[in-house]
Amino acid sequence: MTALLEVEDLHVEFRTRDGVAKVLNGVGYHVDAGETVAVLGESGSGKSVTAQTIMGILDTPPAVVTRGAIRFHGEDLLAASEERRREVRGDGIAMIFQDALSALNPVFTVGFQIEEQLRVRRGMSRKDARARAVELLDLVKIPNAANRVREYPHQFSGGMRQRAMIAMSLALDPEMLIADEPTTALDVTVQAQIMDLLREIQQERDMGLILITHDLGVVADVADRIAVMYAGRIVEHADVFQLFRAPGHPYTESLLESLPRLDLKGQELKTIKGLPPSLTHIPSGCPFHPRCPRAVDRCATEVPADHRLGLDRTSACHFAEEVVSRG
Amino acid sequence: MSDPGAASSGSGLEQAAAAGVGDLSHVDSGQGQNKPRSLWSDAWRELRRKPTFVISLVIIFIVVLMAAFPTLFTSVDPRYGNLDNYLKTPSADAWFGYDVQGYDVYARAIHGARGSLLVGLFSTILTVLIGSVVGIFAGYAKSWVDSVLSRFGDIFAGVPFVLGAIVILTTFNTPTENPSAVRIITQVVFSIAVLSWPVAMRIMRSATLVAKQQDYVKAARGLGASPLRIVFRHLLPNTVAPVMVYATIALGAFIGAEATLAFLGIGLRPPVVSWGVMISESRDYFQAAPHMLLFPAGFVTITVLAFVMLGDAVRDALDPKSR
Repeated sequence: MTALLEVEDLHVEFRTRDGVAKVLNGVGYHVDAGETVAVLGESGSGKSVTAQTIMGILDTPPAVVTRGAIRFHGEDLLAASEERRREVRGDGIAMIFQDALSALNPVFTVGFQIEEQLRVRRGMSRKDARARAVELLDLVKIPNAANRVREYPHQFSGGMRQRAMIAMSLALDPEMLIADEPTTALDVTVQAQIMDLLREIQQERDMGLILITHDLGVVADVADRIAVMYAGRIVEHADVFQLFRAPGHPYTESLLESLPRLDLKGQELKTIKGLPPSLTHIPSGCPFHPRCPRAVDRCATEVPADHRLGLDRTSACHFAEEVVSRG
Repeated sequence: MSDPGAASSGSGLEQAAAAGVGDLSHVDSGQGQNKPRSLWSDAWRELRRKPTFVISLVIIFIVVLMAAFPTLFTSVDPRYGNLDNYLKTPSADAWFGYDVQGYDVYARAIHGARGSLLVGLFSTILTVLIGSVVGIFAGYAKSWVDSVLSRFGDIFAGVPFVLGAIVILTTFNTPTENPSAVRIITQVVFSIAVLSWPVAMRIMRSATLVAKQQDYVKAARGLGASPLRIVFRHLLPNTVAPVMVYATIALGAFIGAEATLAFLGIGLRPPVVSWGVMISESRDYFQAAPHMLLFPAGFVTITVLAFVMLGDAVRDALDPKSR
């Protein structure tokens, strides 16, 4: 069976006046129906660019896809016509944005923005679309949906806006949802509510879900599998339990160690030294080697291949086997 | 005031436009009202309480009334000349006196509102229409299309207004000709619009450049909206506010421009009555009969002032930061 969505060896460059930034350097993962894959990484690691490349909403120029394939139901989207890609957007794959306030158009009511898609893409009448919009707002648990459908985005609270955004992305019943840091702009209690809502909807509809985040806590809760990104590459790809039990890449290991833990109260919190690399000057060899506690000479010269660590688990480290067995 | 260059003061508006659009997404939602609020309803609430807005609106209303129904204000025929009244000063019979042909200046000033306002209105509509369409495409399009359109606009913006208008209008009809009212009004409107649209275009372009960076444009694309739908349905309502502000100010400036062109003898001309035509006619008699100049000039000044004040008030009301 082919996966619902398959990203293969994706390379994206940003060609700017200041030089070429290699934003994605061979990203690959797959998502099946009913499955949640978390894409984890620091800012600038290429999480959002991957998502926008899948959606085809990257600004070109400056972005250029130099290599790779994105297969949706086995169909390569990168080779498809712009017309076909537009059909897939919303209908096949939909996306939720990080900041719902700027992702909702301030001059239209929330209801209008949901209805618009239904009217244009489904040819629904104004009345039917309105009824469906209320249903959708109900689904995402917006109280008093029948009245709030007439309100403007700025009249919604942060959590409500994100819910409205989710309702908008669900309007055309997509098979696949990409959530780009859906909870970053929200406070902790609301974050939990939104994540619960996403999980519930995903399970109900048997959707594929790509969850982009930098929050390990969120990941542990919701994801089935995790892809850890660093400098435009997936450095580790593993089942969520395996990854938390025994990380297979020094970067993942460092990330887990830098989580505050109650049982280590009073001790200094470990951090990852240094900064993420500039994408115009990615370090030679393993991009993580300048910050890696295990780095040896070989790491600075030789780019590590993906080491298989069991079924559907890889790590891009020369010493992957060692790292994983130590944990 | 009759300097049409006032219309190109829009470059300062560009920054205001850019700032204004960025702000739209951060409209304060502090007040806990149940009534749906929008940018425009907020602006309206704000405007109603502003004296400058109310005063300018009243003036504009009166001028529009003059243009539409001049007979409400005067029963004298503006084209009835009695040479016995040659250059008579204001009196109870004729409030504004008589001009060199023995025409009643008051009646002509009232009837002149129509020509002036028609020119102002249509040039504004045409300017904003051309400017907005070109501007929004330039702002949304890829870089080379933007460059081509912007440079194309610069060509027109680079021509000095009066010089450009003289060239256009004298090319289409020599000063000795006597074109019909409709034809000359159309020509004046087109020459003003052709020379002024780059201002509206720049405002629209810079507003679009800001608005298209917003996530909702990406979101609309992500949900499969077509480029045309994005431009007209999602971008336009967000970028139209600064252009509307420019339009109110431009309307005033264009009424002034009409007067300038008529004064130079290349704009509207008799038998059409307009304030510009009246000012033009007073040219040689100004020292002997200043009332011939002062009354129509006063009408122009007050009308232009009213539109500029209106534009100012609207701009303030549409800028959420100023609240």
